Amino acid sequence: MKRFSALALLRAGLDGQTRWPRHWRDPEPARRYDIVVIGGGGHGLATAYYLARVHGVKSVAVLEKAWIGGGNTGRNTTIVRSNYRQPQLQRLLEFSLKTWETLGDELNFNLMFSQRGVLFLGHSDADMVSLAERGDSLRCAGIDAELMSRDEVARLAPCLEVSRDARHPIVGGLIQKRGGTARHDAVAWGFARAADALGVDVIQNCEVTGFAMTGGRVTGVKTSRGEIGADRVGICVAGASGVVAGLAGLKLPIESHLLQAFVSEPVKPMLDTVILSQSIHAYVSQSDKGEMVVGGDPDHYPTYSQRGSPHRIEEVAAQAIALIPALSRLRMLRCWAGTTDMSFDGSPIIAPTPVDGLYLNGGWCYGGFKATPGSGRLYAHLLATGASHEIAAPFSLDRFARGATIDEAGAGPAPQAR
Amino acid sequence: MMLIPCPHCGPRAHVEFTYARTLDAVLPLDATPDEAARILFERENPRGPSKELWRHTHGCGSWLRLTRHTATHEISETVPWPPSPPGHGAWPS
Repeated sequence: MKRFSALALLRAGLDGQTRWPRHWRDPEPARRYDIVVIGGGGHGLATAYYLARVHGVKSVAVLEKAWIGGGNTGRNTTIVRSNYRQPQLQRLLEFSLKTWETLGDELNFNLMFSQRGVLFLGHSDADMVSLAERGDSLRCAGIDAELMSRDEVARLAPCLEVSRDARHPIVGGLIQKRGGTARHDAVAWGFARAADALGVDVIQNCEVTGFAMTGGRVTGVKTSRGEIGADRVGICVAGASGVVAGLAGLKLPIESHLLQAFVSEPVKPMLDTVILSQSIHAYVSQSDKGEMVVGGDPDHYPTYSQRGSPHRIEEVAAQAIALIPALSRLRMLRCWAGTTDMSFDGSPIIAPTPVDGLYLNGGWCYGGFKATPGSGRLYAHLLATGASHEIAAPFSLDRFARGATIDEAGAGPAPQAR
Repeated sequence: MMLIPCPHCGPRAHVEFTYARTLDAVLPLDATPDEAARILFERENPRGPSKELWRHTHGCGSWLRLTRHTATHEISETVPWPPSPPGHGAWPS
């Protein structure tokens, strides 16, 4: 692997950018590996990287049915934060956020990680009470949170509609200044490049079609490119979790829904923080290219279509324009949808399955991107040692039957209510 | 946007309807704790035809059972739910 540095970039500029090597190999699958990770998204690639880097596992493959980072890793709104209410989620996402802070240097890849702050808006006194409670809970857990007045919010983001008779009047906000955004594609590429340099085989265009089982134990995977043996197999396929687990005869507490997002034509800098809201569902940020990135609610019914409904576009646009009236002058360039693996308490599952040798990392709902490095670290720990890391232990598969769910929204086993 | 054929009102835009659950997720009142956990928390989550319960919330208000393909959204069957007991009309007036 050729390292990126200021000097390397300068030299490459003088050479007309002609001497860059491939950043990861395109290997043929071997007959067997110690550990096979199914799914070449951010989480799967991060898992493989940490397996090699932290746990010293020499023989690891990532199997991706299409191209790496082509699923939800390339379809999210790139927001990174750890300001959750449930203590288990706070520990998990703060662990991940701390990893983000040094990840670009570690991978020698520019992830464009930008801690521009994540601002939750409050639109009523009740919202502000709820935000103050959230802030207290976060600060008790050692996570940064600052309550802001309406005037402070207006100074931070002058494009917001803060008048008293606005459709969604702004009373104040709660900001996590260490939150922000990262370039989603770069996360997949950075992990793939660093994992490949440590000897991980990143195998694209290789679809898993079944599991090889001996005496109730998984001994490998059947793929579109032949059978591959493995001591341990990790599923890490987001929206396709139910389909892949189904190949091993498992039913999961997951329903696949979809979440849409939208991006406008690029404009000059107008918003240098991430805007979310306590009461309405649109969220807005500006990419480094200048595009306004907008997301909203899921579509609220099971689907694998990766194709959203127009009524949601209308609702999200109406809310975003009510928050930032200047958006009404912009043309939207693209909208897209990702298949979200909606778990039945809104929290992820990082756990062994009832099938020996088979593990699951899924159920991240619509919030998996922010957890990418932490999820990879914890899943690698599980796959390498066979035991859950202390932070991942609450996110077991049997927590539902035990009544130990981690339900941030308090919505119960109804993914369409989140 | 899906067009859902309501058995009572005819084809209507899907925004008039609310998805409730898959048919295998209906919890009988006399389920044992193990059965209840399985029904509440285990899903086939198929990429393909799926039997689902929806409600025409912003229309006639009645429940219906759809067989709907989760990737193409093609609806191959719509019937009133629950099924009418024998000897009765489709719905009591």
